[in-house]
Amino acid sequence: MLNNITLGQYYPVDSRIHRLDPRTKLICAIVFIVDVFLADSFIGYAILLAFLYAVTRLSNVPFKMLLRSLKPLRMILILTFLLNLFFTQGETVWIEWWIIRITKEAFLQALFYSLRLVFLVAGTSLLTLTTSPVALADGIEILLSPLKIIHFPAHELAMMMTIALRFIPTLLEETDKIMKAQMARGADFESGNLITRAKAMVPLLVPLFVSAFRRAGDLAMAMESRCYHGGEGRTRLRVLKITRADRIAMLILALLTVCVVLEGMLF
Amino acid sequence: MTDDVRVRLEDVSYTYEEAKKPALSHVDAVVHPGEFLAVLGHNGSGKSTLAKLLNALYIPTEGTVLVCGYDTRKEELVWEIRRRAGMIFQNPDNQIVATVVKEDVAFGLENLGVPTEEMIPRVESSLAAVRMNKYADSAPHMLSGGQKQRVAIAGILAMEPAIIIADEATAMLDPSGRAEVLDTIRRLNREKGITVVWITHFMEEAAQADRVIIVSEGELIASGAPDEIFDRVDFMRENHLDVPPMADLASWLREQGVPLKKGILTVDDMVKEVERVLCPSKSDT
Repeated sequence: MLNNITLGQYYPVDSRIHRLDPRTKLICAIVFIVDVFLADSFIGYAILLAFLYAVTRLSNVPFKMLLRSLKPLRMILILTFLLNLFFTQGETVWIEWWIIRITKEAFLQALFYSLRLVFLVAGTSLLTLTTSPVALADGIEILLSPLKIIHFPAHELAMMMTIALRFIPTLLEETDKIMKAQMARGADFESGNLITRAKAMVPLLVPLFVSAFRRAGDLAMAMESRCYHGGEGRTRLRVLKITRADRIAMLILALLTVCVVLEGMLF
Repeated sequence: MTDDVRVRLEDVSYTYEEAKKPALSHVDAVVHPGEFLAVLGHNGSGKSTLAKLLNALYIPTEGTVLVCGYDTRKEELVWEIRRRAGMIFQNPDNQIVATVVKEDVAFGLENLGVPTEEMIPRVESSLAAVRMNKYADSAPHMLSGGQKQRVAIAGILAMEPAIIIADEATAMLDPSGRAEVLDTIRRLNREKGITVVWITHFMEEAAQADRVIIVSEGELIASGAPDEIFDRVDFMRENHLDVPPMADLASWLREQGVPLKKGILTVDDMVKEVERVLCPSKSDT
């Protein structure tokens, strides 16, 4: 039952975007975020929207998946929209009733800020939809490695991410096993209010934690016995390579930035 | 330093922190090149401690452990020792680091700083040696216990070790997985001449070794060929160890006056021997 879980929201298909180097995608995502903040008109947004549309088409990820990534955000979106709508001062009054006053400016600003949120989430979702978590960890390790000068543990961070990803299925399987064992002894995880249910989790979590600590000890020993001694002098089986496609992708992002900035200056 | 043995233990004792009694006391032993050595002992006998001493995971409190001539006490030699003496652990899940099989096999090589172009063929040939090349791109959690242990063996093999130490590597597997792992190790021992230290509490597994040493209460109490060791049924009993059922039966039959020869460990041995005793004419032809 737990065999087919996909980690994170990675959408495993092949595409030009999937094949890009994770570092390129990380950098592009960051540039895109900056562009979203640089864009200060709906024309700028139209450019960003066209870009998002093109990338999504290229990535072979269904638009439905992208919309799904926006779903957890819906409350924040509604709140942003309503707060901006009601509390922005404006000239052109559309509706005025009791203490409610809605102006054209307020509406436009509400729309603008909500869209900004949508773009931010859609842009970063495209990164995680098209990049496997392991590739992402690799990319982060290399991008952060210059920070080693100030003793930032870039390698350790990436190793932690990889090990976490490796053990998520194992621990899920174990949770399932403990749960069934406790249910066989009459434990009830489903009925009662929130507090009763939270209390029922204790006999599940305690053995899970104990075993996780034991696993950590075992794994540390196994890693040491295979000569693990940190990131120093380590080589990699999978070497990341910047290809022509990566250079093109970065160029496109640079162009996008220029367009957004120019548009802001001209209009 | 020239030494014609793979591992030499000289008067080795090891005491865990905060423990009153030593887990191992005054052990002397050697492991010869190309040998398949089984270390037998019941739970808490100190056999796992012995395994960890061979890989410099533990440093002896007293005495010396030499692995391929290297003293485990010397800190600067730790990586030299660990690349030569690979260790397989009991729990198949807790020794796989990477999320893809071939990357896990490469883990040791990555740590040693082997260049990528050299790494790729070594990973492939190691996976082929344990017959897991079909699963190079699988996720480890999709594999069976026996397959995971074979991946762990491939990970050690890629480092081209002189010795493989298996610390109860089959204890958590089902019978078919156990056979799968033991067969793989025996094949590597035979074909590649890799020395094996096989730590176990299963008599049937120890019976397949070239030589068996028995550890009890932290002391080495016997050493010899499996048929010699298992024929000493009373001695084994005194030390809370089982004997293979056929050795047990043979010893009882001998007491009853049936003239069976020594060294019967398996059903096949027994069938042959009973046949010889009951119908001497048949076995002559």
